[in-house]
Amino acid sequence: MDTLTWTGSAGAVLLPVFQIALLALALSLLAKLLFVLAGLDGPQLPGPDGAAAVRSPGFFASLGIRYSFLAALAAIFCTLAAGAVMPSPLEAGILGSMAVRFWPVWLALVAVFVLSIRFRRKLGLYGKLFDSTVGMIGFAIVMFWVFTAIFADTIITQDPFAQLSGLKNKPPGVAAPDSAYGWYLLGGDHLARDVFSRMVMGAREVLKIAPAATLFAFMVGITLGLPAGYFGGKLDTFISFLANLVLAFPVILLFYLLVTPEIRDTGIPIVLAALLFLFPIIFLCTLWNSRYYTNPPRRNLYVGITLVIGLWAYSGLAFNMDPLGVWSMEPNMLNVFVSVVFVNSPGVFRIVRGLVMDIKARDYVAAGQTRGEGPWYIMLWEILPNARGPLIVDFCLRIGYTTILLGTLGFFGLGVSPDSPDWGSTIDDGRKLLNLFPHPALAPALALMSLVLGLNLLADGLREESLKD
Amino acid sequence: MGLFVLRRLGVMLLTAIALTFVVFFLTNLQPNLEKLARTEGSVRMTEEAVQDWIAQNGHSGSVLLRYGQWLGVVPGWTYTDEKGQMRGRCFEIGEDPAAAPRYCGLLQGDWGFSTFFKTPVMDSLGDKLAATGWLMLAVMLVMVPSSLILGVLSGMREGSATDRTLSTFSIASTATPEYVSGVVLVALFATAATGISPILAEYGLIEPKKTLFLASATSAMDDITFWNFALPVMTIALYGIGYIARMTRASMTEVMTQQYIRTARLKGVPFRTVVMRHALRNALIAPFTVIMLQFPWLLNGVVIVESLFNYKGFGWTLVQAASNNDIPLLLACSVVAVVVVLLTQLISDIGYVFLNPRIRLA
Repeated sequence: MDTLTWTGSAGAVLLPVFQIALLALALSLLAKLLFVLAGLDGPQLPGPDGAAAVRSPGFFASLGIRYSFLAALAAIFCTLAAGAVMPSPLEAGILGSMAVRFWPVWLALVAVFVLSIRFRRKLGLYGKLFDSTVGMIGFAIVMFWVFTAIFADTIITQDPFAQLSGLKNKPPGVAAPDSAYGWYLLGGDHLARDVFSRMVMGAREVLKIAPAATLFAFMVGITLGLPAGYFGGKLDTFISFLANLVLAFPVILLFYLLVTPEIRDTGIPIVLAALLFLFPIIFLCTLWNSRYYTNPPRRNLYVGITLVIGLWAYSGLAFNMDPLGVWSMEPNMLNVFVSVVFVNSPGVFRIVRGLVMDIKARDYVAAGQTRGEGPWYIMLWEILPNARGPLIVDFCLRIGYTTILLGTLGFFGLGVSPDSPDWGSTIDDGRKLLNLFPHPALAPALALMSLVLGLNLLADGLREESLKD
Repeated sequence: MGLFVLRRLGVMLLTAIALTFVVFFLTNLQPNLEKLARTEGSVRMTEEAVQDWIAQNGHSGSVLLRYGQWLGVVPGWTYTDEKGQMRGRCFEIGEDPAAAPRYCGLLQGDWGFSTFFKTPVMDSLGDKLAATGWLMLAVMLVMVPSSLILGVLSGMREGSATDRTLSTFSIASTATPEYVSGVVLVALFATAATGISPILAEYGLIEPKKTLFLASATSAMDDITFWNFALPVMTIALYGIGYIARMTRASMTEVMTQQYIRTARLKGVPFRTVVMRHALRNALIAPFTVIMLQFPWLLNGVVIVESLFNYKGFGWTLVQAASNNDIPLLLACSVVAVVVVLLTQLISDIGYVFLNPRIRLA
């Protein structure tokens, strides 16, 4: 079997188009930058002797940027679409074949977008996201990786752990005669495993931890930040001091101290987990109790359900002693998870505290206090909902930051199993031979970058839309 | 002002003590000490021999006391073995214990002996810090001006095409951690296999088999050139540029909506003069704080980049110390890191007060 080319048979036409578009884009970007620096940019320049205004050179540069960018995008799209209709991977090329492998993702993405845009007026802040282009692009990228993680089993072309002989460090598109699929779409890594399949599986590894860790960090940060900001005084000073202590630690040093096999022997991760995992339960119980305090049967029901499920999960996750064996976490996973939550919570705490201090001066809080509402009711049901905008934005940004942190951990080989396909450790594996074979490190690097970029764009879109309220 | 600085210094000292204690506690955990005993003594030591080794080398007893010894506020340990030979923290075997000082810790300038480099910690850390200092300097020289220009350009006309393009670039750069941008930059510029180096070589612009930049910065330890230093510097700078540029942009857009800017425009002052004379100075107060607070982040970047490009500076030393269980060196590294972080926080606080006339401290 032959080696695949990048663009397949459609590339003969589309590759030159793409190159020309890219060149035009670079030139017009450069021109635009020069015009801006030279002050020749603006809506209009006054003509000589008060004659009719003429368009500024910067305007034409902007036009150039827009159309060459669209042309480049169109070329990429046509390559992918052409690849999707070609019968065999040989004609579809690497890009086309990858596009075909991602079919469940495209289907799910189209479904989500069609439904969301159709009903966007009824969906609150989420619906408003579809008014902003930046937010939509960010959301599309994030959902692409979420669906990739969900459908990873059908997308992969090879077993991500299998090593096929003769395919060590081979370039993208190499034929793999011993396998069912027949090719290594993005080449082989230093142990002759399929780079493409490992990248796809890596998405699952990352998205398994990052959002959950961020959520836990938010629970901790909110539970501590609300009283610190609302009551102030000694409590605030104390918790703020602790938060600043953690924030003053260089993150890598903390990881090197907290995520080691030796520390697992001492049981410190379990103690930290026991402490940190308690916060979601406390948060939810306080939430129900303050709301339904006047309606004991209902209160008892909600608090009871929370306690039963919460303590059940708690026993399994923190101590690995779940009697039914549903909840459990591997020791090194627990170690990574706890450290990431620990590093993230002080940042959340600071934001929540700042927001509460700002909001508690509002009139509706004073009105609540006059009505005789309890402090926890005011904090959780008056202040927190009104702080949701900045918190949601920060949540998106922080998932991205957590992804970067997890990558850092993998990059230094901390707390991951040696052949784990997560992006950080694949980058680390690939960097040793980076000079000769860049492709094994490049694929996960670009994947990680696009996910974080998507999250940042999503946060930007959300911020824009939530400010419009 | 004086009282404010004093109080800040007090909190700083407390923070430094707490942080170093945490590091001391975490590095001196029992499993770490056992590992140390096996690497220093012999791998086949029995469980008892390990415990003996730990006791004989002053690693037993309460953590607080050992921390005090390390700090130099508690007298150093001494131990007399069965042969009557005395060993201790403050003197070598064979030296006269009576002549040795009673206290020898951080405060006395004794930072301990690196078990990995086999040199006193001070010696192995000194030139490493100098190397990292050059790296930081180069990063700052690239990062600060370029991010300020980016931020001001995009903030002076909010919502324009320039603003959108530059903002997207800033977002993209904050989404690219050092280990990603490093890999991408090396693949683009520093391999003979891919990127633009083969193309340039084909046109005869660079020698064949050579690359545009060097993927290893080891040679920059002796002689810094553009060729070997550009990629590590760009890798660290890229991640910071986006963040500082976004902060500058936010501050610039806020200033541009102020009354005095509108007044200046209505007076007929050209737009460019308004930006340069009226807006810029006020817009740069907030980024100053951000730039100072970037130092702890730079520290992260330094660790990643120095291991990626094999530049033997502070970050590389930290990784070596941590992965080889070199307790004195790791402690020294964390002291340096903590002091850098706290000092920059202090400078940013005080600088903010100096720069911003609207803040007055009681």
